[in-house]
Amino acid sequence: MERGLNMREMLKLFIAVVVFSAVSGGVLATIQSATKEKIEYQQLKFVKGPTIKAIMEGSSNDPLIDRLMIQDEAAKRNIFIGEFDGKRNTVAFEVFGKGYGGVLGVIVGVNLDNDEIVGIGVTTHSETPGVGSRAKSDPSFAAQFKGKSMKDPLQIKADGGEIDAMSGATITSRGVSGAVIEATKVYERLKPVIIEKIKENKG
Amino acid sequence: MAKTTVQEFTKGLWAEVPPFRLVLGLCPTLAVTKSVENGIGMGVATTFVLICSNMLISMLRNSIPKRVRIACFIVVIATFVTVVELLMQAYTYPLFLKLGIFIPLIVVNCIVLGRAEAFAAKNGVVASFADGLGMGLGFTLSLTALAIVREVLGNGTFYNIPVFGPSFKPFAFMVQAPGAFVCLGLMLCIMNVLGKK
Repeated sequence: MERGLNMREMLKLFIAVVVFSAVSGGVLATIQSATKEKIEYQQLKFVKGPTIKAIMEGSSNDPLIDRLMIQDEAAKRNIFIGEFDGKRNTVAFEVFGKGYGGVLGVIVGVNLDNDEIVGIGVTTHSETPGVGSRAKSDPSFAAQFKGKSMKDPLQIKADGGEIDAMSGATITSRGVSGAVIEATKVYERLKPVIIEKIKENKG
Repeated sequence: MAKTTVQEFTKGLWAEVPPFRLVLGLCPTLAVTKSVENGIGMGVATTFVLICSNMLISMLRNSIPKRVRIACFIVVIATFVTVVELLMQAYTYPLFLKLGIFIPLIVVNCIVLGRAEAFAAKNGVVASFADGLGMGLGFTLSLTALAIVREVLGNGTFYNIPVFGPSFKPFAFMVQAPGAFVCLGLMLCIMNVLGKK
C-alpha cells in the first residue's frame, strides 16, 4: 500500500463521507417529518389514549384527533376536545403532581358549560405497586372527583378538603389531588382561550 | 466459484444461518426471544435493514472509496435502521415499546455489517438482494424457533394464546436470561449434530 495520501485523495475520501452523511440526513429528515404526526398520535393513543377515552366516554368525536395546542406560560399544552350531543363542550388535559415515587401524570376532563369535572385518570406514575398504584388501577378513588366543581375544595380530607384519601396511600392521594388543583389553575388561565379557539375551529 | 441466485438465497436458511452457523447477531437473539411476537418483529425489522443496505451498498460498491468504506456502510445501515424505527413508531407502536432499545441496536448487529462487507461490497445487486433476503429469513426463523421454545415452556403460551390447560405451571426460568443461553446452546448442539456429514 502507498504510504500517506496526497491532498487530492484525502479530499476524495472526505467528500465521499460528507455526501453519504448529507444524503442520509436528507432522507431521514423527510421521513421524520412525514411520520411525525402519526407517531405523535400513536404515543397519545397508547400512553394517554385509554385514560382520555375513559373520561370522554360517549363522545361523538375522537378527542385524540380533535385537539388544540395552546401556549400556556412557558410550555405548550395539548387540549383534547370531546363532543357531546353535538356540542364541543368538554376538554381534557394532562397535569402533573408529585406522588410518593415520583411524578404523577393526571388527565382531568372539565365541562366548559358548568365548570364541572367530568372525570380524572392517572396516566403515568411510579407509585408502590399495590399501594399507591391503586390511584390508577382502582377507579373508586378517581371517581370522587367526578361531578365536583372547579371551585370545590379538592384537597384530601386530612388537608381540609372533601376527598377521601386511599388508605395507606396518603401521599399518592395528596399527589393526585394536588394535580387536580393544579388543573383548576390551568383551566382558569386557559378557559377564555380554549372557548375562543373552539369557536374559531367551528367557523 | 459463482453460485446461482437461488443458492445465494438458500445458504442463509441452513448452511450459513446467522445465529446458529455463523454465530452472529446473538445480542438480539438472546434478548428479544421471550415471545414469538417479539422474535418475529425483530426478525422482520432486521430483514428489512439487511435487504435495503445490501442492495444499496452493492449498487454503490464501485463509488465507495476503499479506505472509508466501513464508515459509509455504517451510515447506510444506520439510515435504514432509523427508517425502521420511525416506521415502527408510526404503525406498530406496541411492538416498538416491547422491542425498545433493540431496534436502534440493529445498527451494530454484526450480521448486517458482516453481509455488507463480506458480500454486498463484492457482488451484484440481484445476488445481494437474494443474500440479504436469505440471511434475514434465516435470522427470523432462528429467532422464531428459539422464541417458540422459550414462550411455550416459560409462559405456557404461543403468540400470546395459552396452549396448555390452566393447571400448567410455567417454567419461568426459560423466559429469563439464563434460559436464553441454555436454550441457544441446546439449539446449537442440535444444529451441529444435524449438520454433521
